[in-house]
Amino acid sequence: MKLRRSMLFVPANNPGIIRDSYLYKPDSVMFDLEDSIAITEKDSARCLLFNMIKKLKPLYKEAGVETVVRINSLDTEFGIQDLEAMVRAEIEVIRIPKTDTPEDVYEVEKHIERIEREAGIEIGKTKIIVAIESPLGALNALSIAKCSPRLIGMAIGGEDYVTNLKTTRSTDGVEMMMGRAMIVMAARSAGIAAVDSVYSDVNNDEGFIKEAQMIKQMGFDGKSLIHPRQIELVHKVYTPDEKNIKKSLRIIKATEEAMAEGKGVFTVDGKMIDKPIIERAQHVLELAKAAGIKMGGDE
Amino acid sequence: MELKVRAVAGTLESSDIYVVMEPGASGIELELKSTVADQYGDDIRKVVDETLNEMGVKAAKITLDDKGALDVVIKSRLQTAIMRAAQSKEFKWE
Repeated sequence: MKLRRSMLFVPANNPGIIRDSYLYKPDSVMFDLEDSIAITEKDSARCLLFNMIKKLKPLYKEAGVETVVRINSLDTEFGIQDLEAMVRAEIEVIRIPKTDTPEDVYEVEKHIERIEREAGIEIGKTKIIVAIESPLGALNALSIAKCSPRLIGMAIGGEDYVTNLKTTRSTDGVEMMMGRAMIVMAARSAGIAAVDSVYSDVNNDEGFIKEAQMIKQMGFDGKSLIHPRQIELVHKVYTPDEKNIKKSLRIIKATEEAMAEGKGVFTVDGKMIDKPIIERAQHVLELAKAAGIKMGGDE
Repeated sequence: MELKVRAVAGTLESSDIYVVMEPGASGIELELKSTVADQYGDDIRKVVDETLNEMGVKAAKITLDDKGALDVVIKSRLQTAIMRAAQSKEFKWE
């Protein structure tokens, strides 16, 4: 399973940052053609990212860093051109901004499929993440989350969401709670990733960690990030502790033994083990592995 | 592709290149300023030639101020400047 603890925003008109961003080892890099690019530079950013993705894709892949692009909305003059370029460059994931209804996804999907066909790319290869940025999108989250096999994740875009809710962002994030809850529930119901919003105060590590701990506990896979220094912080929040890792190793070992012996029911540390506990243990070990922790035979 | 107006693309930031593209009477007139001109001047000119050929530009006056851009960045900024100078939006993504 692909981890998405960290999704780093990178403005798509800066060649130095595009060249280097995989070196910071986020789980995903999200190149931005939307809000961080001035209207007069949309053509320039699109052209630069098209050529650089084609060239640098192998380096990103080798580093295990997923490539995502946030396109402009299809109701702007830039959206279709963004898709024309990015699908042909074979970026892995298209992030659709301001998604309010399943129809918003169908519209993008229709163009992706056409372009894949025209370019001789395997149909369905290009995946989609949606960003929910309004109360309407949050209310439609479940139908959106289940609307396309291309959909691999659902994110919440905090700034637009609170503006549309007619409020502002606060330190405790109370205004985000309803939206976050609906999005994580919808994403989990559909079996796709749930990605939290950015934390804009890049110098406030304490506030960032507190928010990351909260969204992790809510069930989110990770956060969108605006600065490379936030990558290590969020990865640490998602790194399981030693006790949890050891327990998970015991559960997986016992599961393998039980399967070999044909046992359906078994216990570890006196507690009955069932499917959700095994899945949690597997996830803990994936997170530990991603954090570079040596386990089992590596000890 | 025929250039109609003066156009610019890119920036003067590190790892980028600033391109000024102007219609020319005939042939290609190139002025290159680069932080790495001694080592990579010929390579940059090669990227310019290839990009102009690919886009069918026969006449242009081009001024480049390079700040250590990769070939792929030079190509991108040239392509953008050419499209802007030709006042075209029909880019061929290939």
